[in-house]
Amino acid sequence: MPEWLIIGLLIVAKLGLIFMVLLTLAAYLVLAERKILGRMQLRPGPNRVGPFGLMQPLADVIKLLTKEDFIPARADKWLFILAPGLAAVTALLTFAVVPFGPPLTLFGHQVPLVVCDLNIGVLFFLGLSSLAVYGMTLGGWASNSKYSLMGAIRGLSQLISYELSMGLALVPVVMLARSFSLTDIVMAQADVPFALVNPLAFLIFLISAVAESKRIPFDLPEAENELVGGFHTEYSGMRFGLFFVGEYINLIILGSMLTVFFLGGWMGPFLPGVVWFSIKVLFVCFFFIWVRGTMPRLRYDQLMHFGWKILLPLSLLNVLLTGALLLWRQG
Amino acid sequence: MSIWRDIKGTLEPFWITLRNMLRPVVTVEYPEVRTKLPPRYRGRLILTCDPDGLERCVACHLCSAACPVDCISMQAAEAQDGRRYAAWFRINFSRCIFCGLCTEACPTLAIQVTGDFEMANRNPLETVWEKEQLLVDHCGREPEYNFYRQAGIGVAAARGENPGEDKPVDVKDLLP
Repeated sequence: MPEWLIIGLLIVAKLGLIFMVLLTLAAYLVLAERKILGRMQLRPGPNRVGPFGLMQPLADVIKLLTKEDFIPARADKWLFILAPGLAAVTALLTFAVVPFGPPLTLFGHQVPLVVCDLNIGVLFFLGLSSLAVYGMTLGGWASNSKYSLMGAIRGLSQLISYELSMGLALVPVVMLARSFSLTDIVMAQADVPFALVNPLAFLIFLISAVAESKRIPFDLPEAENELVGGFHTEYSGMRFGLFFVGEYINLIILGSMLTVFFLGGWMGPFLPGVVWFSIKVLFVCFFFIWVRGTMPRLRYDQLMHFGWKILLPLSLLNVLLTGALLLWRQG
Repeated sequence: MSIWRDIKGTLEPFWITLRNMLRPVVTVEYPEVRTKLPPRYRGRLILTCDPDGLERCVACHLCSAACPVDCISMQAAEAQDGRRYAAWFRINFSRCIFCGLCTEACPTLAIQVTGDFEMANRNPLETVWEKEQLLVDHCGREPEYNFYRQAGIGVAAARGENPGEDKPVDVKDLLP
């Protein structure tokens, strides 16, 4: 077989595998969330479809696909159709830069276990997560409904304010690793994960990540008991399903970003790299679900206050401190 | 200091949810596990018979008058021996709220509640129960009471034949 064909096949196989794993994981994350939340509230959670309710995601998909596809009167039709896709695609695309294992040798070829090792991976991630806001905002705007619009506006301002501290929390990581490439950042954590080197940045990134995932305690764009469903109030069937899946893929993405930036990526003793990576990502996902089971929703002004008056100054201070320390250690 | 209180108040709930996650669930998983219902549970309504095996209902309409959602309807009729009965009797269980007020109104203890609640149904018309479906051949929760034995009107003994009872009055000849 010619060289280019093998390389091409390997890339296609890798892409297909990631796609399958990511979508399946997102579907089962929904089930896991419902189960874990149920157990935290002393009830068993879904357990009727298949053994232990394991076929529940399939039943949900069938339900979503067979529901009426509804577009409100005077909605901006094209934006309305486009928005859920945008939300799901931006979430999926982000996974392109996530390195989920050390390079593998297959058929005499070095296969890096990442779709595309961009040398500006951090910026790619930040850019796409800003772009993901559009899915939500356009969806809320195009629905021609007051609840959707309120949700979209809240989401927009929330994401802008938390994106900032998220980006600033990543600056110390980049300074420590001396690279924007995610693979290099993981390599730099071979000895000690950055969560221990710079716990403040870790905390700020963690909080911003929860805010970025639009989940409790920062689920103001949806806020079921204030805004019906927030930005996806008017969505039904598989369009709503796309928003939903996008949200859970986003959760996995944020989990893997947290793993890559602060928890040492695939680094770990005894077990192979991919296993370590999955364990860490799943643990972060569990933590997100745990937060949802524990925290109440913040009020809107509390959210803004916390973002602009506490997180942002703290992250700026952290950038300065880390820079100073690194300079001092260099001599 | 208030900030320490805030931090403690943020972290403590995590421990509580984690602890509760590991406790056994309290849900009773219904079709497989059934709880024992209390003896006076108000479920499906029935029309009972007296100890002689005859229908208790005298079609007095008190139950349908007491019913807050108007789900009971009937047509009264009188048998040859003067005993009243319902020609037809109908309860719309898709309206019924199982409050049991009809059983409290019933002077003959004919309409009674049971412990049965499994009457879910995909066709709303099938939740309208007729007399044949409501009638049972036992006394329900009141095994002794027999209205006509107590009142005696016309049936247990002929009219005016009961001890200490006057002959029936012909109201027509009291007219001026």
